Amino acid sequence: MTEETITGQLEEQEFSINMGPQHPSTHGVLRMILKLKGETVEEVKPQLGYIHRGIEKMCEKLTYAQTIHLTDRLDYMSAHILNEAVCLTVENALEVEIPEHIQYIRTIMDELNRIASHQLWWSAFGMDLGALTTFFYGLRDREKILDIFEETCGARLLLSYNVPGGLMFDIHPNFQKRVKEFITYFRKKLPEYDALLTGNPILQARTKGVGMLTREQAIAYGVSGPSGRGSGFSCDVRKHQPYSAYSKVGFKEILYNEGDSFARYKVRMDEMWESMSIIEQLIDNIPEGNHAVKMKAIIKLPAGEYYQRVEAARGEFGVFVVSDGNKMPYRMKFRSPNFSNLAAINTMASGQKIADLIAIGGSLDFVIPDMDR
Amino acid sequence: MKESDFKDSETLKLFKKEGGNVLLSTIDSLINWGRSNSIWPLTFATSCCGIEMMAAGASRHDFARFGIEVYRASPRQADVIVVAGTITHKMVPVLKRLYDQMADPKYVIAMGACAISGGPFFYNSYHVIKGVDHVIPVDVYIPGCPPRPEALLYGVMQLQRKIKLDTIGKNIQIHTGL
Repeated sequence: MTEETITGQLEEQEFSINMGPQHPSTHGVLRMILKLKGETVEEVKPQLGYIHRGIEKMCEKLTYAQTIHLTDRLDYMSAHILNEAVCLTVENALEVEIPEHIQYIRTIMDELNRIASHQLWWSAFGMDLGALTTFFYGLRDREKILDIFEETCGARLLLSYNVPGGLMFDIHPNFQKRVKEFITYFRKKLPEYDALLTGNPILQARTKGVGMLTREQAIAYGVSGPSGRGSGFSCDVRKHQPYSAYSKVGFKEILYNEGDSFARYKVRMDEMWESMSIIEQLIDNIPEGNHAVKMKAIIKLPAGEYYQRVEAARGEFGVFVVSDGNKMPYRMKFRSPNFSNLAAINTMASGQKIADLIAIGGSLDFVIPDMDR
Repeated sequence: MKESDFKDSETLKLFKKEGGNVLLSTIDSLINWGRSNSIWPLTFATSCCGIEMMAAGASRHDFARFGIEVYRASPRQADVIVVAGTITHKMVPVLKRLYDQMADPKYVIAMGACAISGGPFFYNSYHVIKGVDHVIPVDVYIPGCPPRPEALLYGVMQLQRKIKLDTIGKNIQIHTGL
């Protein structure tokens, strides 16, 4: 047999490979069935449901205040933002006016949460590409934010700090001091991230031009958040439909037009700077006030349909509530960003090498419980 | 930590064998010293508790100090499986298979409310297994939703104490209901 026929045979063969649900780079229990031709990915078929917890269905048996605690567990990396989405839905439906004191604190906590989420993404992304060092640097700084969370509301990860009508309790007296300390600290540390990973030739070789997603495709698949903005799709809900105190601050929507994994990487790195500037604009100007508006003990929404969207760390998160006038929602639907972002993975990964699939998955920043809900 | 600071020492006393062969006991203590100080966990996290497990492995908490040195992606290289997160009915066969693929001696830590009892998904749910001990035998339960990294460290130390009571030929495994 000549060498030509051997290579010819190898190219003809097509493999079906199972990846997951227990795989370190899927960030959870995502299962993907890959159709490979040699080392080139032909098709990716994501299989969902390994962490389907039926949260939407369970919400139908819970009061509005109770559903907040389940939204924590959807996208646990942006728990506070998701809590806020439910609270805003309820408050808008009841037409409750939220004082600025609460709005400012919510926005600051949102942005802290976003930084913490992006730090963990940066750590895990480096680890996916074989740079274990990033894991230790990223989580070192993330602990500082968790300390602030813990001092303020007692929880590190799943905050449940929002309640319909305000916050569970007022901020800790040290809050402002600690946040300012963190910002000064992190402004020094963030360039370190760039020095460690961004300029690294291996990272650039593995992400530049890999996992292309055009703007049209991003819109067609509903890819939002930093992944969508990496393709030049202006989709920041904070900018387009401001909620809480976002209309009072000036910030830039980060847009990159390249559409590859490196663009998505850059969007997240720049967003951390923007988040810090948002916090700095608000932290000294928190108006005096009460931490919660007085609400009825049993919250009943008037019959109708309500929708509220917020910008979670991974994209646009929406809450759709159908109420029949009871204390429990008739139907509660969550529009989770990760599910839509995952839909684009076949387009992004087909034609790439199997190792690039890991980089693409890392740049999309999956949280699997958010997909399966 | 001092011996008196640990809780739940009564269960461990049940396994304590008095007396025995001098040679065997010496070998036992040597082997157990080695085993208990080099427990390698499997990279297995389904949800929120996984993040706290990562935090426990990272800079501040650094549970490599206790011998939980490296996360292994393959069950064949792992000694302990930390069930961090909710296990749904669809996930159960996968979990069982992972456990079966691990080489003896193997240990299980149920981390968080979901792995212990179904946690917040206990009521009105059709999809979540009510405690991972229905499927695989659990050695240490760590309550919390999610537990702090310090709680995980404490659980690991309890597991180490349990491993130190092991004898050659007979593995101590607390099965469900004991």
